[in-house]
Amino acid sequence: MSKLMSWRELEIGCIVPEPGNSVRYRTGDWRALRPVLDKSKCIKCLLCWVYCPEPAIIRHEDDSVEIDYNYCKGCGICANECPVKAITMVPEGGE
Amino acid sequence: MAGQVKSIKEIPREELFAPGHRLCAGCGIPPLVRIVLKAVPGPKVVVTATGCLEVATTIFPYTSWRVPWVHNAFENAAATASGIEAAFRILEKKRGIKRPKIIVFGGDGGTFDIGLQALSGALERGHDMIYICYDNEAYMNTGIQRSGATPRGAATTTSPAGRVIPGKMERKKDLLGIAIAHGVRYAATLNPAFPVDMYNKIVKAASVEGPTVLHYLCPCPTGWRFDPSRTIEVARLAVMTRMWPLYEYEDGRYRITVMVKKPRPIEDYIKLQGRFRHLLQPENKWVLDQLRRDVEEFWERLVRLASASE
Repeated sequence: MSKLMSWRELEIGCIVPEPGNSVRYRTGDWRALRPVLDKSKCIKCLLCWVYCPEPAIIRHEDDSVEIDYNYCKGCGICANECPVKAITMVPEGGE
Repeated sequence: MAGQVKSIKEIPREELFAPGHRLCAGCGIPPLVRIVLKAVPGPKVVVTATGCLEVATTIFPYTSWRVPWVHNAFENAAATASGIEAAFRILEKKRGIKRPKIIVFGGDGGTFDIGLQALSGALERGHDMIYICYDNEAYMNTGIQRSGATPRGAATTTSPAGRVIPGKMERKKDLLGIAIAHGVRYAATLNPAFPVDMYNKIVKAASVEGPTVLHYLCPCPTGWRFDPSRTIEVARLAVMTRMWPLYEYEDGRYRITVMVKKPRPIEDYIKLQGRFRHLLQPENKWVLDQLRRDVEEFWERLVRLASASE
């Protein structure tokens, strides 16, 4: 939200008429550690996908996964739970 | 049963819970909510009691919900859901509108303490709803105050461990015991480290006509004081140490769904969490022993109930 809405623009009862519009709020900038996925190690077990609290793991048609850095808060659950250690956490801003 | 899954791969892709919510990194609540919205078939309405889930997913003008969602107050989530269910019954009768499933999410504060009488009323009247308690074992949203769900020995801001008391002195309430005493047809415990078990229990709960109660262990990195990357690890240890038995109750029968034959010592679960750190000091050994007895007693009772159900 760039500017504050006036009361005239609000819905009655302040309902939010657009489902799931929190996707416009990018929580990726909370992140201090960045998960990096090594696709060659991934066995497509989907554990990261099922455990991710955001959800910030994109599950593709072939069950391969991708990390959505727009929302990932860098908690590191995916790296900790990955059975083949395909995800490593690296500090943001570093190399 | 139809709709149940054998592996994670069979869990549907559709996400009805959007990212961009402001729950803490490593929060244990979304793994529950995501699975619930995937497992409950057809149209649904979600009611949320005041709590972390409510405040962090609906910060105006945003919402993370892609299903109809309502919040009313702290104490009356079950009463609000009862009203919605009753209204849909009338709509079904008068206009033939298909009745959605009503799903209620309440934290442990909104379920064990503040919302207990509303829940009791809803269970007694028999409204068709799934009541899910996400239990992070204290009032996390307001700053980690003790609740009726806080386990013995845990330090919170209102049961601080120090010279006077070694954390909370009382044991945790048996929520499912209370629900089962109301005569619900289905009740079960859930744990995020066992997503397939969790999914299948939710499918079962959704298939029951009438109230069902599910109790979910929700590890909280902020309140339990552990590293956010260990949320699932902590949840798994809770099952492996028998601190959180996974079982279900169905039409008078108990069944342990994840049998823990050789439990790990409860210290394995305790030592990961700052809220229990003081229990490892020698002068507090008696609290740890008492907690261990609580865990053993509950497990033995459960084993007796399960074997009597066979």
